[in-house]
Amino acid sequence: MESTAHSFPENARRALQDDTLQYMLAKSRSGFQLRRAAAAQRLPEFEALRDQGRDLKNHVLEHLDVYLEMFESKVVERGGHVHWCRTAEEAREAILGICQKAGAKTVTKGKSMIAEEIAVNDHLEAHGLIPIETDLGEYIIQLRKEPPSHIIAPAFHVSKEQVADAFRAAHTDLPPDRPLEEPRELITEARLMLRRRFQEADVGITGANFLVAETGSTIIVTNEGNGDLTQTLPKVHVVIASIDKVVPTLEDVSTLLRLLARSATGQEFSAYTTFSTGPRRPGDLDGPEEFHVVLLDNGRSALLGTEFQEVLRCIRCGACMNHCPVYGSVGGHAYGWVYPGPVGAVIDPALIGIKEAGHLPNASTFCGRCEAVCPMRIPLPKMMRHWREKEFEEKLQPATMRQGLGVWGWFARRPGFYHAAARMTARMLRRASGSDGKLGSLPLPMLSGWTEHRDLPAPEGRTFQELWAERRGKK
Amino acid sequence: MTDSRSQILGGIAKSLGRISGDAQRAAARERIAAHARNLIPARAQLDPADQVRLFEQMALEVSATVARVPDLDAVPDAVAGYLAGHNLPAELRAAPDPALDAIPWDRRPTLTVSTGRARDADAVSLTGAFAGIAETGTLMLVSGAERPTTLNFLPDTHIVVLKAEQIVGGYEDAWDRLRAQAGSFEGGMPRTVNMVTGPSRTGDIEQTIQLGAHGPRRLHIVLVEG
Ligand code: SF4
Repeated sequence: MESTAHSFPENARRALQDDTLQYMLAKSRSGFQLRRAAAAQRLPEFEALRDQGRDLKNHVLEHLDVYLEMFESKVVERGGHVHWCRTAEEAREAILGICQKAGAKTVTKGKSMIAEEIAVNDHLEAHGLIPIETDLGEYIIQLRKEPPSHIIAPAFHVSKEQVADAFRAAHTDLPPDRPLEEPRELITEARLMLRRRFQEADVGITGANFLVAETGSTIIVTNEGNGDLTQTLPKVHVVIASIDKVVPTLEDVSTLLRLLARSATGQEFSAYTTFSTGPRRPGDLDGPEEFHVVLLDNGRSALLGTEFQEVLRCIRCGACMNHCPVYGSVGGHAYGWVYPGPVGAVIDPALIGIKEAGHLPNASTFCGRCEAVCPMRIPLPKMMRHWREKEFEEKLQPATMRQGLGVWGWFARRPGFYHAAARMTARMLRRASGSDGKLGSLPLPMLSGWTEHRDLPAPEGRTFQELWAERRGKK
Repeated sequence: MTDSRSQILGGIAKSLGRISGDAQRAAARERIAAHARNLIPARAQLDPADQVRLFEQMALEVSATVARVPDLDAVPDAVAGYLAGHNLPAELRAAPDPALDAIPWDRRPTLTVSTGRARDADAVSLTGAFAGIAETGTLMLVSGAERPTTLNFLPDTHIVVLKAEQIVGGYEDAWDRLRAQAGSFEGGMPRTVNMVTGPSRTGDIEQTIQLGAHGPRRLHIVLVEG
């Protein structure tokens, strides 16, 4: 997808003024948080499972190449095909090639963030194919021609009235005066429309939550059942997965499955967890005749051995964004690329470059809630700090900020000057403040942005160092 | 494409700062051969009677329905009663599964039972199950010539006949049972393993849960105790 991450500040400003979005964000967030907390509390072993999940994925990352080889050999043994793709272009071409070889016209799709990452729909459309999203949320945003705003709830930002509008505009062969006020009516209509598509499709594309090296299985975790119809009805099933999804054994994946749904939706388990191993077998009455796995790297292998390696533990549960105050204020679209929220702030710069996505690691209050809820215990705030350092090293910040930091750096290396300057500033600000002890505006132009929307509490008078020295003197 | 393969695998080894992957390969092989269990929640380690109770409770929580019957002979009455109670047609599309052969359908002559994969018009399907997993009220269904996967997803109502002895504590117990029967599946693994926990649902419209998105709106489990 085309990135607008470079205009995060403008995107965010627009999002803050979007009343429907603000209503939807306020409405849905607390539900996610409460359900996750309840599910975590109900399983006494939850915290210990998080430790095991972290260790397990660390082990996988250290052995990533060998597990991928093992996975591949099992897929091939079962009659499937594996397509290794370094870049988004290679993956798009691989998928298009499979579709063209199958003589496909209609392609149904289950939800896949990797498919968003490589923008496969646009590519298929450009070559005369008709990709149809079948996950309800993805279907809604496909009709609205917009990207997902959340990794597990793509239409997180859309109100039911907007869904009804999109359906009326798209489903023109249905009676125009039909009632579409209730979610129930909307779901029934989507089910009816998509049933036709499932039957027509020649190829079904799904993502994968996990790949199992032991068996060569790909796994999808869903609630609707659309992914299963997508992969069972057409004659070709294409799985698109990134290389970090591989897990050694069925036991290992069971551990991660205990974490995934609870962290994502607060469910004990999602409605459908499906393991697919190769194509249809002799005697089978249904299932795809061909089974393809498209394995995408797209910059991930380069993160191994760096300070960002740990983000590859991510199981894409969405908990970090559900608990992020910044995501909660601006929603997913403001981030401007496929992965929003804290995980996006770490992974987007890695995949599309710090130059393009440099604002994202700055869009954090460092409150730490993302790390506190991440089932894989990924130190997201620490990694955002690493990106900020890189941004500084690469001189990507605005000149005023760099100069400010330079001035601060000069003082920080000279404690005598630092303390004197701090004392002086504290007293000056004290005098400049009103009787309520607040500063309505800051004197320097580069600081006035801070006080544009809020007051700065003025210092009480003396600095911490002074008080500390005084305390020590008393003892 | 082969080029991409070696570049990706080589890139991984290089990023990890490795010279040869032999030690890693041996470690990975060992882990897979051992397929050791990680932490199993206490909830998944109850005695058999409690497991059955927990399975039922968890299945009900996710909006499945459960009817206990004493033996397979009682299944036709239970199914007919369920269909009538929901104003559903007395027509079943069943898996051609030998495990279901012992059900005496002729006791309810008004019930039409056909077998095969699901067709678009089928309203109600009936299948067996490979296992029931107590910890989350999850059914494990495996595909095969006698167990078409479409039956689990296309019809509006899915009825599953599950024997109490098929209920295990945790997912790992179900994998063990599958491994014990590895000989019946090409390569030891069925083409499709469906873990089903309640009927189909979606939260995609304003995050309010609605049942019956694309898969079955109703999941009814006939639990055979004998
Ligand atoms: S970073 Fe952690 S919390 Fe965020 S999506 Fe990934 S696994 Fe979930």
